[in-house]
Parts: sequence; structure tokens; C-alpha cells
Amino acid sequence: MINFQYSRANDVADAVRQITTSPSAKFIAGGTNLIDLMRMDVERPTKLIDVSKLPLDQVEETAGGGLRIGALVRNSDLAYHPLVQRRYPVLSSALLAGASQQLRNMASVGGNLLQRTRCAYFYDIATPCNKRQPRSGCGAIAGINRMNAILGTSDACIAVNPSDMCVALAVLEARVNVTGPRGERAIALADFHRLPGVTPERDTNLEADELITSVELPPQGFATNYTYLKIRDRLSYAFALVAVAVGLELDGNTIKEARFALGGVAHKPWRNTQTEAQLKGQPPSEAAFTQAADLVLRDAKGFGYNTFKIDLARRTIVRALSQAARATPQSQSDKKIL
Amino acid sequence: MPEANATSSVSVTLTVNGTSHVLMLDPRSSLLDVLRDRLDLTGTKKGCDHGQCGACTVLIDGRRIVSCLTLAVTKDGARVTTVEGLAKNGTLHPLQQAFIDHDAFQCGYCTPGQLCSAAGLIAEGKAKTPDEIRELMSGNICRCGAYPNIVTAIQQAMRQS
Repeated sequence: MINFQYSRANDVADAVRQITTSPSAKFIAGGTNLIDLMRMDVERPTKLIDVSKLPLDQVEETAGGGLRIGALVRNSDLAYHPLVQRRYPVLSSALLAGASQQLRNMASVGGNLLQRTRCAYFYDIATPCNKRQPRSGCGAIAGINRMNAILGTSDACIAVNPSDMCVALAVLEARVNVTGPRGERAIALADFHRLPGVTPERDTNLEADELITSVELPPQGFATNYTYLKIRDRLSYAFALVAVAVGLELDGNTIKEARFALGGVAHKPWRNTQTEAQLKGQPPSEAAFTQAADLVLRDAKGFGYNTFKIDLARRTIVRALSQAARATPQSQSDKKIL
Repeated sequence: MPEANATSSVSVTLTVNGTSHVLMLDPRSSLLDVLRDRLDLTGTKKGCDHGQCGACTVLIDGRRIVSCLTLAVTKDGARVTTVEGLAKNGTLHPLQQAFIDHDAFQCGYCTPGQLCSAAGLIAEGKAKTPDEIRELMSGNICRCGAYPNIVTAIQQAMRQS
């Protein structure tokens, strides 16, 4: 790890002021990803601005009936928060499917949004990686790419976003509130993470001098018909091969609204609103769900070791939609997939 | 641990197992390295140093975390409990006794992390069933494979708490 300066931010304005004057600085909160990347020499900030003590650790109801989650709320505190468990159980479930309890006790909501890919080539500085070092090439495309993307890939990058939380936030259509030197702005979750394109070095549309202050959830929480189904090599404490978050609104035996997002398959949580719209008005059936899965995966592309993920994703989508329709969400403790 | 130098050292106060320490630290120092190399508390183990194995688990303000991915400078003022702080007045913590009773280790390298993690687990109160214990202890790897006995030991300690 290279040497760096360390300073503590007194408030949000001070944090923004400090990063504006040190462009190669980074904010640090939980540190579960950043410290690891610094130890691997993947990240080399000259200064760390500690925002972990800022008063951004509250979960509050908004006037519009939603929920505002401070950027420094710990992943474990959010997962077990009574309002989240009751009104947004898909978010609670996704959080508990990620990492370990120790890491969830450290990791912040803002940091989870900014998690970097776990692509092995990104981590290994002896190999080329366009994300780590622009225009150096991609080791994964013709390499060991079992964990890599099948949707939204580019010739430059096939990395996946590793977050579970963000997949649920995509279904909930969360909004990310940020503060920078130009003031405050809100970014829709769908626009927060980027596809790699020709600039895979940019994971998100957050500017380098902006600080995430909170995440806002709209009122609609899909508390009855939801699931978070994560398929991975180990039953716990492993990144997703494929994960699917679902929120359904049913009217008797008719789908009134369907939302589902995929994790582990793309550079961002993957939603296809056109497919979701086609489920509207249909009865929940395996046939309808299979059709939806086929549509989402129509343009999926495998790279050899990860080609199996296309079939796996299809089955996981169908199973997850069925779980949500039956109101039998995936348990994150016994792991039996029903 | 990197050598501290006068220009970049940061003053940090840590209360470890009830004893307060004021330390001048290189900002790069992990809490794990500070515990082991500066405070000679070598019970906490370094396994992977990447937050993947749980051997370095300690409690900060009562909550379990991995000390390898914690920069000590970010924990100024914190209360840290390591495996050395679990026993009270010469009496083993119920978890320590349960691990002995149920032969919940072989080589013992992961045990300090398992014990601190299990202490955090019991304090959280979220695990009731063996499935839930297994899930919420999944951040602690035991390559000897003592898992069944670890779960049994934790169940015993849970009944006593």
C-alpha cells in the first residue's frame, strides 16, 4: 500500500471542500473494498478523507411516504431495520445475501453503491485491465471469465457489478442523493451505474468530487410478492453467479405490475422495463415467466467459461418470478430453493 | 506494519479490553497489525488479510468486524474487544468453555476469530436455529472443518446467555 495523507471531514461541506482541493483523494467510510484494493495496489489515492463520523447514519420516513437512508447506515443495520424489513423486505433480503455479518457491520450504504468489480483481472495488477488502466486491454474476454458478464458487455470490458443491495435498489427504483461543489443533485438508481462501453474505468455517473449523502426509496415496496434469489458457488459468503430481485403487484390472478433486476450478469443491475411491461395483465405462470426470461436474455452473450450463465439466468429468473408470485420469498438462512 | 514517520503519523486513542492506549500511527496501519505488533495482543490472527477468512474478527463497540480491513486511524475513540478480553477474572467466557466442551477446533488458528464472531452473533440476537447460526457465522472459515462442533458449541453458549 502506498503512503497517503489522512484527514477527517467535519461535515458534508468540509468533505466536499477537501476532495475539491485534492483531486487524487478518496473518501473512506467502511473501507471493506477500498482498503483491500489499496493493499493490492489497484487503488492508489494520495489522501483518504474519513467521512465515517459524519451524521449520515439515520433511516427516516419521507413526507411522500418513502424512506430516506443515510449514506453511512451500515449494511447490517439497514437489513434489520424494522421499516425496511416490513416495507422493503427485498432490500433486507438482498443485503443479507451479501458478504458476511462482519463486513455488513462495517460496510456503508454509500460504499456499497460504489463497490468495484471483483473481476480477477481487475485485481491482478500483473494483467491488463481497461478498467484499472485505460487502453491496456482486457484479460477476461479471452481469459478465465466464469464470473463475468453476459449482458451489456463491450469490447473493452466484461466485468460485473458485485453488489446485491443495488439489485434490490434497482427494483425499488431508489434515488441516490449526492452533494458536490456545484450543490446537491439526485441520481436515479438506473442512471447511477454505467455500462462499460469504451470507458470501463468509470463505474458510475457520480463525479469524483461528489459525496453520496443518502438513498431514497419511493413508497412502493412490494412487501408481499417479492424475492431475492442468489445463485452462487457456495451457499453463503460468495458473490453471485446470477441473482434476481423481484417485486410484483398482483390483482387476484393478474399481474398489475412486475419489476425484476439481475445481479452478477452485467456492469450494472440489469433491468428491462419493456419485458416487465409485457408481464402486465397476464396471469403469473411459468409460461409467461419463461417468455420474459427469454426476452431479457435475447441479446445475452457468453465468453466461454461464463456461457452457462445464460441458461442459469433464464432458470433463475423463472424461479424467482415464481417465488414472488407465490409469496414464498427465498430464505437467506436455510437456502432451500423452492 | 509500515514504519510510522513523523510527518504523517496520526494520534489515535483506542480502549482495548478495557485499557486505554494513546498511539501515534502510520495511517496505513490496520487495526489487526496495531493489535498484534504494537499492543502484543497476538490472539487475533492474520489469515488472508483481505477480509475473506474472519480469523482477525474482533468486536468494536460490541460489534464484530474484520480488523484486517479496518484502518486503526478511523477508529479513534473506539472500544475494542479481542479474544484476550473475553475471559473475565480468570473465568473463561461461556463460548470459550463451550468450544472446549465440544472440541470445536483442531489447529486453533481460526478459533479467536470464531469466538469473537460468535460473541457478536449472540449479542445481535438474530440467530435462533442451526441454519441461522451457520449463515451468520459464514464469515469465519475453518479449514480443519470443525464447523459441526462450532455450531454445537455456539448453541450451548446461547442457552447460557
